[in-house]
Amino acid sequence: MLTLPGELRAAIIAHARADHPDEACGVIAGPAGSDRPERFIQMTNAERSPTFYRFDSLEQLRVWREMDDAGEEPVVIYHSHTATEAYPSRTDIAYASEPGAHYVLVSTRDPDTAELRSFRIADGVVTEEEVRDPVDAAPE
Amino acid sequence: MAIEVRIPTILRNYTGGAKSVEGSGDTLASLLADLDERYSGLQERLVDDSGLRRFVNVYLNDEDVRFLGGLDAPVSDGDTVTVLPAVAGGATP
Repeated sequence: MLTLPGELRAAIIAHARADHPDEACGVIAGPAGSDRPERFIQMTNAERSPTFYRFDSLEQLRVWREMDDAGEEPVVIYHSHTATEAYPSRTDIAYASEPGAHYVLVSTRDPDTAELRSFRIADGVVTEEEVRDPVDAAPE
Repeated sequence: MAIEVRIPTILRNYTGGAKSVEGSGDTLASLLADLDERYSGLQERLVDDSGLRRFVNVYLNDEDVRFLGGLDAPVSDGDTVTVLPAVAGGATP
């Protein structure tokens, strides 16, 4: 399960809409081992393509070093699909390289509806998971 | 001679969990060959028949080695080499 605060969910969707029809991509960092996404980091899609994304290599180095210095890790890695469903493609699965991350997919194929789904991708296996807003947690 | 090589999470099974290892060599190619002697299989994750694998980023200090000659990039004592798998994907089939 991914616990994703509403404002971060909105930030991901806003970024995806802003970059449409190109794919948008980014990271949400959080304290290492906490599984809490906290710090939203919009990344440049160096491919600027409607069907492919890649983090700019030097930007990725900078962000990964900052996370390391701050005791953070990439809790969420997100990107958008601009004409297809919010589900990992074979390419997404082949290149998934952070086994601990939640892979969030957004589809911007419909201008009126936001599709946002989250997945674990490890060893070539995709497992969908629930996305929950922490304010919706059941009271004790 | 010691060159620090920072290993990404997904490759730490080759280094017994170590996030940083040391090696020696005059070029990136010889450094990777040196590491492969102690961490068998690591080199193949980084290099294929045509050179550095396309979706692995290798940095020498603050620069991407693609701009420094790739596997021929000279390395020296005190350098830091960082490996990060590219974060990439997309709807493209």
